[in-house]
Amino acid sequence: MSLIRLSSPHVFKANTSAAVMQQVLLATLPAIFAMTLFFGWGTLIQITLAMLLALSFEAICLLLRKRSLRFFLTDGSALVTAVLLGLAIPPFAPWWVMAVGIFSAIVLAKHLYGGLGNNPFNPAMVAYALLLISFPVEMTRWTLPFVIQGDGWQVASFADTLRLIFMGMEPVWLDTLTGATPLDVLKNRGGMTTEEVWRSSAVLSQGVFAWYAVSGAYLMGGIYLLYRKIFTWHAPVAMLATLFIMASLVYGIDPYNYADPFVHLGVGATMMGAFFIATDPVSCATSNKGKIIFGIGAGLLVYIIRTWGNYPDAVAFAILLMNLAAPFIDLYTQPRSYGHARARVGIKDKG
Amino acid sequence: MMVKVYNFHGGIHPPDNKKHSTRSPIRPAPLPDRLILPLQQHIGHPATPLVAVGDCVLKGQKIAEPAGRISAAVHAPTSGRISYIGPHPIPHASGLEADTIVLDSDGKDEWITHQPISDYRQMKKSELIDFIREAGIAGLGGAGFPTDVKLHLGDDHIVNTLIINAAECEPYITADDMLLRERADQVLSGIEILAHLLQPSHILIGIEDNKAHAIRSLSDALQQTQLKTKLNIDLVVVPTKYPSGGEKQLIKLLTNVEVPSGKIPADVGIVCQNVGTAAAIHRAVHLGEPLISRIVTVTGEAVGHPQNLEVLIGTPFETLLQASEVDHNRLFRLVMGGPMMGISVENDQIPVIKTTNCIIAATYDEMPPAPPAQPCIRCGMCEQVCPAELLPQQLYWFAKGREFDKARHHNLFDCIECGACAYVCPSSIPLVQHYRFAKSEIRNEEAEQKKADHARIRFEARQARLERELAEKEQKRKERAEAAAKQQLLRQRAEDAKPAAEQSNEAELKQLKTAAAIARTKLKKARDALKNAEDKGQEGIEKMQETVKDLELKAEQAHNAWISAGGEDPAAKASPSIQQETESL
Repeated sequence: MSLIRLSSPHVFKANTSAAVMQQVLLATLPAIFAMTLFFGWGTLIQITLAMLLALSFEAICLLLRKRSLRFFLTDGSALVTAVLLGLAIPPFAPWWVMAVGIFSAIVLAKHLYGGLGNNPFNPAMVAYALLLISFPVEMTRWTLPFVIQGDGWQVASFADTLRLIFMGMEPVWLDTLTGATPLDVLKNRGGMTTEEVWRSSAVLSQGVFAWYAVSGAYLMGGIYLLYRKIFTWHAPVAMLATLFIMASLVYGIDPYNYADPFVHLGVGATMMGAFFIATDPVSCATSNKGKIIFGIGAGLLVYIIRTWGNYPDAVAFAILLMNLAAPFIDLYTQPRSYGHARARVGIKDKG
Repeated sequence: MMVKVYNFHGGIHPPDNKKHSTRSPIRPAPLPDRLILPLQQHIGHPATPLVAVGDCVLKGQKIAEPAGRISAAVHAPTSGRISYIGPHPIPHASGLEADTIVLDSDGKDEWITHQPISDYRQMKKSELIDFIREAGIAGLGGAGFPTDVKLHLGDDHIVNTLIINAAECEPYITADDMLLRERADQVLSGIEILAHLLQPSHILIGIEDNKAHAIRSLSDALQQTQLKTKLNIDLVVVPTKYPSGGEKQLIKLLTNVEVPSGKIPADVGIVCQNVGTAAAIHRAVHLGEPLISRIVTVTGEAVGHPQNLEVLIGTPFETLLQASEVDHNRLFRLVMGGPMMGISVENDQIPVIKTTNCIIAATYDEMPPAPPAQPCIRCGMCEQVCPAELLPQQLYWFAKGREFDKARHHNLFDCIECGACAYVCPSSIPLVQHYRFAKSEIRNEEAEQKKADHARIRFEARQARLERELAEKEQKRKERAEAAAKQQLLRQRAEDAKPAAEQSNEAELKQLKTAAAIARTKLKKARDALKNAEDKGQEGIEKMQETVKDLELKAEQAHNAWISAGGEDPAAKASPSIQQETESL
């Protein structure tokens, strides 16, 4: 008789990376719903397009790298990247914007570095930053939330949206629907005080509700993932808390010229960044302590770039910069192990 | 007083699968025809056999004695004949064979005379510890550390807390649970002996809260014996969480003290013993039974009747599986120990040893092979469950990349290989194997390094010695050369200083020497003639005597004349001259 001989442990939790990815995808559903509700069919079309492109690029890369297609395509990581990028770019952006984005995310940011698990940067954010710098017009043409227009859903039909995205046919209603995002408005307010901007801009006074709702949807998804223990609270909470404290301090000193902390948390990509990007395990810091430092850094950078930088929103840049710092953070944030008086830092023992 | 329960970092909650094997009471396992007794069933040196093939032994007779400080004796678990001494497969992760004593049972199960200790309190402690050592007791919890070593602490270790480990945190295993349900009194009696030896101020029995029955049984026994107050024993129920039964984790749970890295619990005043070990000590001391049997949980979905058996050490797994109605068609993996840290064995001829607390006969569905590993996505789930508070994913990268310095710096050697990280890993990475690999590579490297260092030191010493010798030789050569030069100089000077008159004396000296020699020869001849005449009794002896006397005088005169003229006395030549010495070197 000869039985199988394997090393311990002999049992495993029913848990796979694919299941983790599925949970993340599931958690984006509220945001997808909210985006669609307020910004029309565009988001859904973009996400579908992104997923198809992502799977195709992933398959091509795997073939070129001579890896098992079935084994790696089913891990769901490409789909998560696709959905996040689909949610991040403006709903009416032309198809080639998405194509360039997915190419840079999957091919450049992921497979050129060695595929899943080896990418130093979050692929979706690499793509987003690259698109934002390369195609500023397409990437800043956001629609106004449909609630303001009231008839948004009637004018921007599914067919019209498809034609707009894929054939570049710009319908007459496009001009009436496009507009700046709240952060754009606040950034480019000219000489007005914050209060005056709020009163004068419809996006802020009426439309901001839509952005808050989308942020709320991301928050919901994030809390679900926390509950499912897909990630820990450290990075998102540190990032949100830092942003909140920074904004409160500056707003407390000068409320006329700076946005209040709730705007910083509620509009733009803050919630998405905190719960879906900063928590990306591959490119984040490793230890709990490291994740807190990562989150603090990201929060600080978001505030600094938004307030004093050139771009109205800064989540992508902030997180990419922190991705860059993550390996270094890791060196100095090892936890104190059992039986050790203090944590070890650096690479080697001293002496 | 309720004892506060602390916490340790991480831990997991795998399905415990303990209920199946606790339905029926402990029953004795069948006596097998053949017992296989590995010489090493414990941590330390293998025992040395005391028997030869063909010897007949009685149950409880010592058949191998401890070799060295950390070792344990082996006893015959039944009566019979020794049929083989040599390598046989043993329960070891490597699957390699090791030396065993094989005992063919005679079926009589005939005991030696029991020699219990009537009152161990009257004994010297060291003698009591030796008695426990003679009984072959090694930790029954799974590690198998010889118990006497843990009891025989030096003066630098003062034990204030004795922890009795009844946590039994690994899934499936119920041996300690059943022991406490049925024999709590034996465990307490063993604890009493341990307390007598260690004199702790506090005794804590740690048990997981999933063993309600055992907890009740133990607390009842505690009340009956009134040991609770006498020995200050606290029964501490800890939450069920793997690996709470790990020594370091249990210590943290019960005392909030961490055993410093690289130290032993005794360094912080704590000694940990397993409940099974306590019971074994009781049986040795009070009943005179050495460690020849233990309770083994036989479970898993491939057995029809999961249960706990009182098993003789050396019983092949096959006997136990049969007694538990194994279905060989469904048997896929046979594990000794728990599913988290146990080892899988290739066949059922492997014997039960002192540390065998459980045998799991698992079906394919129960313990399927792990799926192929996916890339690590650094999700950090391993880190959240690591009871040693390490960064398992970092260690994994370092092990994989052979960056052993970094792995070491990330405290690789504090890893207890509990398997919690691999259990939760969503990418099914066999993390523990990576750590074992890294550890053994580092150990090999260290051994190589040590060897190399040793060789280097030896080489350097040899080199230094050769150089020293060479230098000494050189020094001596120089000294000799100098001495010779000096001598030469002296001689030269002496010759230079020789007066010219002496030169003319040379010839005279030679004449005198010849005259002396002639006188000596004449004297000799006269003596010989005298002797001859004396022997033969010839006449004229007196005259001859006179002639000899005359010649003696003349010879002496001639000799003296030669010496005084500067000749050398042949007698003085016995000691070699300086010149001679210099030439001979």
